[in-house]
Amino acid sequence: MFRLFRTINLAVKSLLLHKLRSSLTMLGIVFGVFSVIAMLAIGEGASKQAQDQVLELGATNIIVRSVKPPEQSSSTTANSNSFILRYGLLREDLKLLSKENISGIERSIPIREVSAPVRYRHREMNCRVVGCTSGYFETNNLNLRDGRFITEHDQVKIDTIAVVAAQVAETLFPGEDPIGKSVQINGEYYEIRGITRTRGATAAIGGSLAGQDYNKDIYIPLKTMQVRMGDDNIQRKQGSFSAESIQLHQITLQINGTEEKKAEDLVIPISEVVRETMEINHKGKKDWSIIVPMELLEQAKQIQLIFNLVLGSIAAISLVVGGIGIMNIMLATVTERTREIGVRRALGARQRDIIEQFLVETIVLSGVGGAIGMLLGWLTPQIFSGTQWVYNKISSNTVEVDAGFNNMFADLTPDVQPWTLGLAFGISVGIGIIFGVYPAMSAARLDPIEALRHE
Amino acid sequence: MSQAVETQFAARVIDLHKHYYLGEIVVHALRGVNLDFPKGDFVAIMGSSGSGKSTLLNLLGALDRPTGGQYILGGYDVSKMTDNDLSDIRNRLIGFIFQSYNLIPQYTVLENIEVPLHYRASRQAIDSEDRDRCEHLAKLVGLDGRFDHKPFQLSGGQQQRVAIARALVNNPEIILADEPTGNLDSKTEEEIMQILLDLNAEGRTIIMVTHEDNVAELAKRQIHMKDGQVAGDGLFRG
Repeated sequence: MFRLFRTINLAVKSLLLHKLRSSLTMLGIVFGVFSVIAMLAIGEGASKQAQDQVLELGATNIIVRSVKPPEQSSSTTANSNSFILRYGLLREDLKLLSKENISGIERSIPIREVSAPVRYRHREMNCRVVGCTSGYFETNNLNLRDGRFITEHDQVKIDTIAVVAAQVAETLFPGEDPIGKSVQINGEYYEIRGITRTRGATAAIGGSLAGQDYNKDIYIPLKTMQVRMGDDNIQRKQGSFSAESIQLHQITLQINGTEEKKAEDLVIPISEVVRETMEINHKGKKDWSIIVPMELLEQAKQIQLIFNLVLGSIAAISLVVGGIGIMNIMLATVTERTREIGVRRALGARQRDIIEQFLVETIVLSGVGGAIGMLLGWLTPQIFSGTQWVYNKISSNTVEVDAGFNNMFADLTPDVQPWTLGLAFGISVGIGIIFGVYPAMSAARLDPIEALRHE
Repeated sequence: MSQAVETQFAARVIDLHKHYYLGEIVVHALRGVNLDFPKGDFVAIMGSSGSGKSTLLNLLGALDRPTGGQYILGGYDVSKMTDNDLSDIRNRLIGFIFQSYNLIPQYTVLENIEVPLHYRASRQAIDSEDRDRCEHLAKLVGLDGRFDHKPFQLSGGQQQRVAIARALVNNPEIILADEPTGNLDSKTEEEIMQILLDLNAEGRTIIMVTHEDNVAELAKRQIHMKDGQVAGDGLFRG
């Protein structure tokens, strides 16, 4: 042990003889290790971000949505009214996909959504009018700023009341308190009872679910919507008009765990039951889709793996380049110190001793570089937030960049995993060994007589 | 390594041949050299360049193996040893002193003296006893107070003193000095030769290669090499 310490000590002495050269060589490894750790941390952060977005949907939820069926099937469907396209989830589905019919389902939350202009006096705003029940607010993490949510009582009474999002309140009621005032939707008046807090938009996930902006919402009781507006929705678009009849747009099923099984384990089997139920009830018509956040989560995790692999390999290339730098310098060092090698051989050093000496020097070089790189890697979040600051400075002054990218970039926090520190350091030492063996061997193979004569 | 045989000779060379192959040409550097070096001898090997004295020195230093003949050092037959065994022999039985000192530039005086200890066959770590011995040797050759100097901070004479101390650290059977005063002025030359003479007086066997008569004169015995053979062996004055 003492001997090894001494060998390392002597190696450090030799390296200190050429401080600039040694530090420049080390820099290659420093950046290599740093980039491996940073890349993996950013990859991890990005995938956490994606997973969080999926989790916002509720990891133990199953979402069933209405989907407009492909064109040809709609024209051949035996419909009483060919102008109106009937599709989507039915109120009957809601009854089937309930606590009573499928065990494990805790709650079924239906919504119906319509885009409509909302008026207050002379002000008008295009809103997403959402017919919902009391559970909706909870499952979507909506919080109240003022007033109250829609209750079960409102459904029974078929009240014409509404809860508005913060942005709607600000647009329609600047400088006024909206509570107690009435807004006009499709000619009907709804009294505002509550205002929700601003909530960040959710990102679109893998094409199966569009991103949602909760800030232009107005919520009314589902029952009221059904009675007052009916199921039909007619939209006029420049010369043509389309009419659809949809009973429900979405049903969110909340799954709760039982004593034997956790909710996480129940989600997938229940989603199969839901799928079968829907297929039977819709007689094979594909006007619905099912989204299981758990499955999306699994996909997100797999994508993360590939993502990390790609980023890691790119960074690993820079480590290899650093290793080649080390090898280059060590070969030069061997040539330069040929005389020293000859002297050591004359004084009794075996070939092994010479190999050991130069190998330890290389490993010290790469190890110290690796340690510094590890420290930098550990500071990745700080360094990255510095980058974000610089980016914000530049981008705010120049071009408009895609808001989605900006959001994603701003929210991204690199997540340094402890194992990546160990891995990167291990690789750097490994590279020291791999790229140190050849110069060390060539040093050991020198003929002592020739080496002693070397000028 | 074969077992050592007890003799009164520090080293013996029996019918030593060495051939080099330069392409198609065979160079006969040594053609049957016979030499005995009794314990406590002080020999100066002389000869012009191409006489084979460098080749002889390399073989005596166990840096090379002869093409034919035998070289017995401290009772071991060195002529057919493996590379590793030769390393151990050099470490244990031979102390080298070079013309250009050959100190390791990044090491201090004491660390330079310690170098052969790193390569002891036992590979034992250097302990305080070893360090005391190095300091003692450094004082012996007159380097008191310069233990932590690096070679570039020392004069040529001082560097050669370090080399002498280094040659002594493993208590070798023979000391091989290759033109030890070749790079030194006459005053320093005298000092270095005095150290060697003192060592010889203590009973150490010294084999020295030189081409300077006044240096060779100080030795007990002079050997003249010519065309790969011993041309003269004895005491020559002037």
